[in-house]
Amino acid sequence: MIPPTFEYLRPKTIPEAITLLQQHGEDAKILSGGQSLIPMMKLRLARPGYLIDINRISGLSYIKEEGGFLKIGGLTREAELEASPLIREKYPILIDTAQVIADPQVRNLATVAGNLAHGDPANDHPATMRALGAQVVATGAGGERIIPIEEFFLSLFSTALEPGEILTEIRIPLPPPRSGGAYFKLERKVGDFATAAVAAQMTLDGKGVVNKVGIGLTNVGPTPIRAQKAEDFLRGKKLDEANMRQAAQLAADEAQPSSDLRGPAEYKKGLIKELTKRALARAAERAAK
Amino acid sequence: MGHSVKRKEDLRFIQGKGNYVDDVNLPGMVYGQVVRSPYAHARINSINTEKAKAVPGVLAVITGEDLAKANLAWMPTLSYDKQMVLATGKVLFQSQEVAFVVAEDRYIAADAAELVEVDYEELPVLVDPNKALDSGAPLVREDREQKNNHIFHWEVGNREATEQVFQSAEVRASVKAFFPRCHPAPLETCGCVADFSRATGRLTVYLTSQAPHAHRTVLALVGGIPENNIRVISPDIGGGFGNKVPVYPGYVCAVVASLTLGVPVKWIETRSENLQSTGFARDYHMMAEIASDRDGRMKALRVKTLADHGAFNATAQPTKFPAGLFSICTGSYEYAQAFCEVDGVYTNKAPGGVAYRCSFRVTEAAYLIERVVDVLALELKMDPAELRLKNFIPEDKFPYKSSLGWTYDSGNYEGAMKLALDRIGYQELRKEQAEKRKKGELMGIGISSFTEIVGAGPSHDFDILGIKMFDSCEIRVHPTGKAMARMGTKSQGQGHETTYAQIVAQELGIPAGDVTIEEGDTDTAPYGLGTYASRSTPTSGAATAVAARKIRDKAKKIAAYLLECNENDLEWEPGKFFVKGAPSKSKTIQDIAFAAYTNFPPGMEPGLEAVDYYDPPNLTFPFGTYICVVDIDQGTGEVKVRRFLAVDDCGNIINPMIVEGQIHGGLTEGLAIAFMQQIDYDESGNVQGGSFMDYLLPTAVETPHWETDKTCTPCPHHPFGAKGVGESPNVGSPAAFVNAVVDALSHLGVKHIDMPITPWKVWKVLQEKGVAA
Amino acid sequence: MAKKQLITVKVNGREREAAVEARLLLVHFIRESLQLTGTHIGCDTSHCGACTVVLNGKTVKSCTMFAVQADGGEILTVEGLASSAGQLHALQEGFKQEHGLQCGFCTPGMLMSSYALLHSNPNPSEEEIRWGISGNLCRCTGYQNIVSAVQHAAAKMAKAGSEANLAEGVAK
Repeated sequence: MIPPTFEYLRPKTIPEAITLLQQHGEDAKILSGGQSLIPMMKLRLARPGYLIDINRISGLSYIKEEGGFLKIGGLTREAELEASPLIREKYPILIDTAQVIADPQVRNLATVAGNLAHGDPANDHPATMRALGAQVVATGAGGERIIPIEEFFLSLFSTALEPGEILTEIRIPLPPPRSGGAYFKLERKVGDFATAAVAAQMTLDGKGVVNKVGIGLTNVGPTPIRAQKAEDFLRGKKLDEANMRQAAQLAADEAQPSSDLRGPAEYKKGLIKELTKRALARAAERAAK
Repeated sequence: MGHSVKRKEDLRFIQGKGNYVDDVNLPGMVYGQVVRSPYAHARINSINTEKAKAVPGVLAVITGEDLAKANLAWMPTLSYDKQMVLATGKVLFQSQEVAFVVAEDRYIAADAAELVEVDYEELPVLVDPNKALDSGAPLVREDREQKNNHIFHWEVGNREATEQVFQSAEVRASVKAFFPRCHPAPLETCGCVADFSRATGRLTVYLTSQAPHAHRTVLALVGGIPENNIRVISPDIGGGFGNKVPVYPGYVCAVVASLTLGVPVKWIETRSENLQSTGFARDYHMMAEIASDRDGRMKALRVKTLADHGAFNATAQPTKFPAGLFSICTGSYEYAQAFCEVDGVYTNKAPGGVAYRCSFRVTEAAYLIERVVDVLALELKMDPAELRLKNFIPEDKFPYKSSLGWTYDSGNYEGAMKLALDRIGYQELRKEQAEKRKKGELMGIGISSFTEIVGAGPSHDFDILGIKMFDSCEIRVHPTGKAMARMGTKSQGQGHETTYAQIVAQELGIPAGDVTIEEGDTDTAPYGLGTYASRSTPTSGAATAVAARKIRDKAKKIAAYLLECNENDLEWEPGKFFVKGAPSKSKTIQDIAFAAYTNFPPGMEPGLEAVDYYDPPNLTFPFGTYICVVDIDQGTGEVKVRRFLAVDDCGNIINPMIVEGQIHGGLTEGLAIAFMQQIDYDESGNVQGGSFMDYLLPTAVETPHWETDKTCTPCPHHPFGAKGVGESPNVGSPAAFVNAVVDALSHLGVKHIDMPITPWKVWKVLQEKGVAA
Repeated sequence: MAKKQLITVKVNGREREAAVEARLLLVHFIRESLQLTGTHIGCDTSHCGACTVVLNGKTVKSCTMFAVQADGGEILTVEGLASSAGQLHALQEGFKQEHGLQCGFCTPGMLMSSYALLHSNPNPSEEEIRWGISGNLCRCTGYQNIVSAVQHAAAKMAKAGSEANLAEGVAK
């Protein structure tokens, strides 16, 4: 319940924050939303000697379309995503995702960037970002570096962020016309991590054939999984019952869940199959609008 | 009475001005934290407290060895066993208390607790109660004379006669039903502020206690402190549900620390400590069998249960009933013969057993009988409502003596059932189910017609540690006609400050708003056994009515004196006495109260007060029928509760609004138990579900809308015909939920699914039966 | 002695200052440094919401923040809901009228979450209310009467709002 002691630092700018990160190395952690980090500190599972609070740095909280991308700033809160008319209208997959993260209080503080940077395959945005083909901007002493989401998740709790780098922006390529996405999550109760979840994003051509598709799987492996075989199968095909079912089976085959208190591995595979069907159907519905 | 009076206690709670134990702040107060065992079963080779003691701000680090010097390393439990306060020799369950750190603030205590070094040597672990009695099973309790893991064997009923009936039975149906270990998890955890004053020699303990007087007596016996020098104060309690009945090691350590240091010591456990070490609920491995004829007339019931008590028998059971009131398992039905046996065993798990609104094992019993009756209905291919109606104890047979020895006070099971069937639209639902089945869709209807047993209890049968289970009320009427009343019970949210005032209002005509109710301070409240097992209304509620009637008797004499007439010429209506035939010649209770101090008959004792210690002549038997409708998502295994109707009969009701609130809350707990809650252990004794991450409490989103209704069959032996109701919804609902899910799948051959019925369990069945999406 | 830093927070309209360790949880700051014990602690894994307060206009779980993070900010706790003259907030009235509490332990958190909900959504549906309080656990009420309490308050506030508008209109 009580965290161990630490030094609290509150930089006013990103360069300041980066300098502090470099100074203290492994012993420092970034504090943004803190909704994953602080619970771990209270259980004494995380014991950083230095916390670098970046919440007062201005200019990091925005949602805008610019230069061919939807850009989400590194301090944008889940609640801001949920409340954004732009996101509600054009990116319902992000609403689906944000809405099932924890609960209203947590969403007021938790950041979208933090949800990625924590490197937890149980978090919800990673699969969605994989389905969207997103990129993240990592800012370090050497300036900005763009990391495609495909290269971002390395292993359990490990991302491509170097020590001394802060995730300052998320970029999602503007989807072409006739695009839609959806996120379906099964949880034991509101506020839980996913027993399993699926993000599906697709672009259809004028005849209802799948042009582009991305399918991301949550909490069924050490990193968020991209169901590439399922995607490859669907590309160029019409989205009918039989194709969705087969794609769903392929996605389930690509999942590598472990058995735990949320359920046995075979159940999670079964869920991936079912949720993929539902996510594809909803994405297609939205793409057709 | 009978009115939904708004609650007086709300005023402070809605303003954040409640006074819970952690809100208590005394000058010079320090903080305690328990150091706990990571192992389920291990020898303690040594404990090194030097590093912890060296942390600045640490005042003491107490170990079992220290306590042993004062003969306090062990304490009695409420079930005549003993329990380690701080471990000596070995630890018996993961999270067991091993040391107690006292420091100037919580943060220092937490840092120091990490520095206590314990050298453990792991021992083989026993987690399966079915193996507890095998030769070669690890011995949990070396301290007992009896060198095995068997705690007790208890039986009731006629084994041979029951066996005879089974021999000749046309139909036999049986079920093995496990009631998983779960935990009441009230939102406020347990804790205390122990304040020994060197100035007065008195020990005051602010305590999360559902039974403050019993706790005072136990503290006196355990601590060797004269009982008149102990004051236990239960201030506001943030939910109890049985979790706050036992005495926990943290309390004893805080008391010892305060006695030693001479300053107040606060100990508040964390949620994880609460889930992992305080009184769990259930963990009953049960088997029930019914013998019936082909037409569905039930003839006999046979029950055998293995009870997993954890490492210490720390249940709070009346002495004669080590398995509590489990023998209510005959439920709402007539059985010519019945037999019930329970064996309790030790395992390397946390101690407890009686909690979570269970009325002393009544939840287990009600679940079992309502499950096995459904299994019989399936066997007979009979509608489960019809089978029940055929076997209910008829109304005219009450008071009814069951074949397991209980005398049920009153009941109208058919009335509750028929109302429920009607309100839920049962026939239409069965039609809908038949149509859905043709389309391969899964929908279920579950019925639970429970009878439970509360209000412990009459002195000839009931005591806890020898103390009889009466309860009390003391009423004092002031000269200006207002009143104050104190009881031996202790509300943890049940609204006593309002409901007891309503009883006084009913009996004396003093408006409820003019009556102040107090509970929980053992210096001022009369002795009682506290609030749990739905006993307050049956015992203290009765005592309140009786005390009020004593006052009314005296008031009558005063009225006669004031009106210059004979007592026999007077009639009463709430609030006043008047002369028969001359209603304008009257005196209000306020007039009489004033006169009791200023103008009372010569020779009469002045004042207007009374006390009553009520020894109930019998228990009470609330009952009801609950009906649950579920739809199953064949893709994910999720069960959606479409509707839930609860028809409850608790006799005469004091405050319908409060009763309804109790039902909502208890049904929500039953939902959680049926679908999402379990405290489990892996084979090394590591607890699974030891925090809210995995021990799941439903939010407003998972909780359905509850429909409630009632019938009223008064209790013939209670002063105002009431029975009590707090636990009924948790007693009756798990079977309704489970019966509904099984009913959705019974056409596929499913007879039973054990709780918690998680989506993956359902999914597995769907896969096996080939009906997954 | 542990290293401390000075923070200033406006709490229920009053400026408060204190020297705190960096690791002091906001909930402990509120309950112990400020002695406002209406905000409660019900768990240790950030699940129960009993510690919910409003910080800079948004609800947060005060057990999952450090007091230093609130430096320079504004907090509203349950003790600040009623007016300074003691008039209860519509939500407090609603909880009392609709029996939206039993033991009272979750109530402050529920009030703060409902307060924020009604602020952003003055006329929520039952479903929206249930989602709005999904970060607050209750063991006693089964939530049903809490939903009624919030609906009661929403109606009361809407009426007061339209009456105020009316009065304003008349005054003009």
